[in-house]
Amino acid sequence: MPDVLLETRGLQKHFGGLVATDDVSLAIETGELHAIIGPNGAGKTTLIGQLAGEIAPSGGHILFAGEDITALATPDRVARGLARSFQVTSIFPEFSVLDNVALAVQRHAGHSFRFWADARRDAALRRPAEILLRDLGLATRAGVAAGTLSHSEKRTLEIAMVLATRPRLLLLDEPLAGMAPEDSKRMVQILSRLKGQLTILLIEHDMDAVFSLADRLTVLVYGKAIATGTPEQIRANDQVRHAYLGDEAE
Amino acid sequence: MRPERKIYVAAAALVALALLPPIALGLDQDFYIDMFTRIMIFAIAAVSLDLILGYGGLVSFGHAAYLGIGSYAVGILAYHGFGNGFLQFGVAVAASALVALFVGWVSLRTSGVYFIMITLAFGQMIYFLGESINLYGGDNGLNIQQHSDFAGLLDLDDSTTLYYFVFAWLVLCLGFGWRLVNSRFGMVIRGTKSNERRMLSLGFRTFRYKLLAFVISGAIAGIAGALLANLTLFLSPSIMHWTRSGEIMMMVILGGMGTLIGPVFGAVVYLLFENLLSGFTEHWQAILGPFLVLVVLFSKSGLMGFSGRSRASAAKSNA
Amino acid sequence: MLAVAEQVLNGVQFGITLFLMAAGLTLIFGVMNLVNLAHGSLYMIGAYIAAATFNATHSFGLAIAAALAGTAAAGIAIEVVVFRALYRRDHLDQVLATFGLILFFNELVRMIWGATALYAQVPGFLAGQVEILPGVPYPTYRLAIIVAGLVVGLLIYVLVMKTRIGMLIRAGASDRTMVGALGVNITLLYTLVFGVGAALAALSGALAGPVFTVESGMGDDLLILAFVVIVIGGIGSIRGAFVASLLVGVVDTIGRAFLRQLFALVMSGFAADSAGPATASMLIYVLMAAVLFFRPQGLFPRESR
Repeated sequence: MPDVLLETRGLQKHFGGLVATDDVSLAIETGELHAIIGPNGAGKTTLIGQLAGEIAPSGGHILFAGEDITALATPDRVARGLARSFQVTSIFPEFSVLDNVALAVQRHAGHSFRFWADARRDAALRRPAEILLRDLGLATRAGVAAGTLSHSEKRTLEIAMVLATRPRLLLLDEPLAGMAPEDSKRMVQILSRLKGQLTILLIEHDMDAVFSLADRLTVLVYGKAIATGTPEQIRANDQVRHAYLGDEAE
Repeated sequence: MRPERKIYVAAAALVALALLPPIALGLDQDFYIDMFTRIMIFAIAAVSLDLILGYGGLVSFGHAAYLGIGSYAVGILAYHGFGNGFLQFGVAVAASALVALFVGWVSLRTSGVYFIMITLAFGQMIYFLGESINLYGGDNGLNIQQHSDFAGLLDLDDSTTLYYFVFAWLVLCLGFGWRLVNSRFGMVIRGTKSNERRMLSLGFRTFRYKLLAFVISGAIAGIAGALLANLTLFLSPSIMHWTRSGEIMMMVILGGMGTLIGPVFGAVVYLLFENLLSGFTEHWQAILGPFLVLVVLFSKSGLMGFSGRSRASAAKSNA
Repeated sequence: MLAVAEQVLNGVQFGITLFLMAAGLTLIFGVMNLVNLAHGSLYMIGAYIAAATFNATHSFGLAIAAALAGTAAAGIAIEVVVFRALYRRDHLDQVLATFGLILFFNELVRMIWGATALYAQVPGFLAGQVEILPGVPYPTYRLAIIVAGLVVGLLIYVLVMKTRIGMLIRAGASDRTMVGALGVNITLLYTLVFGVGAALAALSGALAGPVFTVESGMGDDLLILAFVVIVIGGIGSIRGAFVASLLVGVVDTIGRAFLRQLFALVMSGFAADSAGPATASMLIYVLMAAVLFFRPQGLFPRESR
């Protein structure tokens, strides 16, 4: 029986009369890359918001490594190994690329109540940051202001920062959004390298990437998880075809 | 402005300030010594505000209250016969820090406009408190009989001695502030200003860091208050009025927020300007007001922004 | 008992004065996302114009009309010259710029009318007292303020909640780009809202003149209390402003009136002379802190934004 790392039980979210998350029960297994797909407005980002701790569910539970984290605030979830990237890239534009990652490293490299020593000369922060940047191909951009990076570089930087928090599970909200084809390919390569080392929950629209990366998929329509299974199973599923893929699916 | 350049500018300013007393005495213009002592005191207050405003993005509109608390600590202790400077300054710092802890703990639960309004309200509350305690003069104020006594080592009666005493504190604050904003703690504060959502998603519980920064800032302003009490030998709640908080904020903006040395220039320019204008006409506030509006509308990065920094070059030099 | 009833009414009257200020402030902030510290200056200008006009003409109606017109004019002038540039800026900029405006207006009234307080008297037909309950006399003028405030409050509520313009105001508050895209002249809408806010402040000032002192800076402390009211009531909510204003007004007035006596029961007169007013002045802020602790969004928070 595979280990379940992240689990939701009957998760619900209403905004007034609008049901954004409708009784969603998921079980994400350790080490898998699980993709969530669905048409726009299906509630994918709301779901991630609840998993990450930014949105309080109206009902249901979220469990991480067996622990009920439904009431935990975001920083506490990150401390337990649940990290997240945003649909709109969220980094520190005024800081250099290296500083961005170093700050992410800082969270786990001892405490931050140090008031005297220069953080930029702190090897415990710089070395891990440099290694991460090198692994992700951003080493040459280390000294540049993060705000001046290209869109894809920024998204890659965000992945680097998220990885710096030493997560056990990554929540990725449309990491390929807005990327040119070559950059997309590179990102998919990065993600496939991460596969197996980490558990990944991926929201994406890019169907090629999803079908090539995902171990399993869940299809979300109007806040409801209508199907979960391997890519082949999902492709063959009539409900899914009708609701989402349409008849142009291969 | 690049850090290297900033350091030169800061050094130049400090050297100029260090040389002021002998020059003033030489030119027989002694009153400049007291004037610049006052300016430096407000510079310390402005630097303390810059820590949380310029680097932390916390628009605290009640900062003058901490100046007042520092002043009152010295004055009240002196009134009851405790002239020991170490005790007075110690209490000034402790009291300001404690009040900042309480105010910050309540206010930092909010953000944006709410935060501004709440710090404004608390500042005013402390002002009213000062006004209503008749034992210490109420709104008439209270004279302080003598300067803080530091085991006889310093004669703060002498203008020049007091000047250099304040100057030493200014240098200390700037030095401490500089190390602070570049430390791990400082990076957390700056990161929170830049993108709090990201900080939370990296696992930082931003509230506690913001609160500590708020307390440190208040404590430093408390020191400025203790120094002010020694300069004026007079306690008045008017130092805590919310318009004074606005003035300190203007000094930070005028000089350039998020630069530490900028607020020092801001204090110099603002207070000299005020001095100049009020000699000109009794209605100087009618000129200062629109001037402030213009500064805000057209020159947000203040005096320190005049070297045309671009984002890329700024980060390059910071890396 | 009589004293308590009188102080409660005074508290209500103070609350109404606050409400007129807070309503304008919360409307302007709710719709235009603009923090306006100079709102107190509009109150002050209203008070000065009303008092000066009344002193010259002895006509209450003219005084009120002049105050509304004059302040609206000043308000529109500021809106066009300063605020239009501020709408897009962050709140810090707005706070600082409007702070500069306060300094200017405080000095301006000193330049025009001198530094001593301006004499403002209660108009003849509202002088004297009224027996609101048998044996409970209350100044007619203060009662008039309460009534006027309630009427205006109702009008504003109806305007915002029940009319087309009000709908535009509320829509503009929740999605200004959308409203603009629908062809509504946003600039005009903003100016209109600002005008309404200014008029409310002016009315408050004009009515308050005879009760409080007409002097430079009279609006600033009231402004801070108006902020407290908005924080307690919830930004953007007229209903919240109303409830919170009355709460603040009554608590503050009762506190100032009776705390000293209460303290005198347990401590020396001299101590009570300080402890009473000191605690009374803190009461409102403690209330605010308590509300914030339990409901950081205020008592009537806006759902959508």
